[in-house]
Amino acid sequence: MIMTKTGARRLATGGRCLAVMTGMSALAGCVQIDTPDKPIEINLNINIRQEVVYRLDGDAKKLIEQNSEIF
Amino acid sequence: MRMTKWNPTGLALAAIATTAAVALAVPSAMAQRDPAYAAARAAGQIGEQPDGYLGFATAPTPAIRALVQDLNIKRKAAYTASAQSTGSTVEQFAFTSGCNLIAKTKPGEKYQTPGGAWKTRDGSAPERDARCP
Repeated sequence: MIMTKTGARRLATGGRCLAVMTGMSALAGCVQIDTPDKPIEINLNINIRQEVVYRLDGDAKKLIEQNSEIF
Repeated sequence: MRMTKWNPTGLALAAIATTAAVALAVPSAMAQRDPAYAAARAAGQIGEQPDGYLGFATAPTPAIRALVQDLNIKRKAAYTASAQSTGSTVEQFAFTSGCNLIAKTKPGEKYQTPGGAWKTRDGSAPERDARCP
């Protein structure tokens, strides 16, 4: 008996929650997200960024000058 | 690019110490290019790649292959030392050097475009990666 009562209460609580969620989803129904029609591009060369190249440029020039026999 | 790309890995570490010693022994570093290297460059057999290493513009002879491998190992050692002192990766430093080395090619010498094609440098600016300064 006790088990059944608890079960019934749980069911009732679940039902209430479901009702609240349904209400919320009905309110939020106007927010729509469309999938982009263009494919998403991921740049795989992010490990060499232009700002890094600019920062290293002076040191690279120096290295080339100082080791001219291998460059 | 894929056909002629040289992949410097294993042997490079062994050469780092050697090149560091050479760099210390020749601090003025006004050393000239090896005549065989200068000749292969001038003949357009080898050229500069965007990654900072030398590559083969035409199928290499065993002697040219060995020459390029040796130079690329020395280059990688030099890039590794500079990468450490500048807090960058070897790849980043090598790439930045590649930008400069392609810019420095003389008319008649070969270089590789970002797309992987080998081109002969003429009077106009070379075709380089958009990230090059």
